Amino acid sequence: MLLAFNVSAGVAIAATALMITRLNVVHALLYLVVSLLAVATVLFTLGAPFVAALEVIIYAGAMMVLFVFVMMLLNLGRRGTREERAWLRPGAWVGPGILAAILVVQLVYVLSVPDGQAAALRAVGPKAVALVLFGPYLLGVELVSMLLLAGIVGAYHLGWNHPEEREDFDAIESAGPCDAAGGDPVRTRTGGSAGAP
Amino acid sequence: MLLAAILFGLGLAGVLARRNVIFILMSLEVMLNGAGLAFVAAGARWGQADGQVMYLFTLATAAAEVAVGLALALRMFRLLKSLDADLARRLRG
Repeated sequence: MLLAFNVSAGVAIAATALMITRLNVVHALLYLVVSLLAVATVLFTLGAPFVAALEVIIYAGAMMVLFVFVMMLLNLGRRGTREERAWLRPGAWVGPGILAAILVVQLVYVLSVPDGQAAALRAVGPKAVALVLFGPYLLGVELVSMLLLAGIVGAYHLGWNHPEEREDFDAIESAGPCDAAGGDPVRTRTGGSAGAP
Repeated sequence: MLLAAILFGLGLAGVLARRNVIFILMSLEVMLNGAGLAFVAAGARWGQADGQVMYLFTLATAAAEVAVGLALALRMFRLLKSLDADLARRLRG
């Protein structure tokens, strides 16, 4: 299990170092996903399976979807399509693919070991976490829920298209006139997803 | 703990070195991840669940921060009218 910890720690550091040195945002995102998965494996070897699962679901799942979605919004039109064709050539997948393959091999190894938890450290299961989370930290849970609500409202407010800026935005992407403010985010979204393939 | 420190340092280097807003946000993710890893490692060291609870709070904070930060990046993109997200963009807007 110490070997698994060391290997995944090395993968995490390598992926992070490669991530901050990429010039391309999409390549950096690939390395960031690998880094997050490696950190999730580290958490699993530390005896925290619940937090490791949350790391994969929320960080590597939800937040990466947000990042990819914003990048699709930022690169609209034919120019974005051409750039994405250059981004998604097979050479870009080799580095993250190798690092992710190391993690897959490690996952199989960890699952094949009968006693799958850390030996030197005491494992803290999901039950203990839940008992503490909804016991002494109940106020913190409520505060976090309010923080998330504030984040949702703030992101919605900031992402709303103001009319005077919308004209500039329309001029940039050289599209037809748009009448309603409510229709603009939908049109932008469809434009972003249409440029994806 | 050493891994957490290295991850935090790499994220800090990313924040300081890169000028692209998306890169800065991703480096912030790495920094928060390193801090959370330190929490979980300390919790596993002493067998307490408090570290994982703190990690959950860090996770929720990072989620809210990413949502607001990406919305801010969208607004900045529309205001500065720079189409290339890979270009170095100064925060003058």
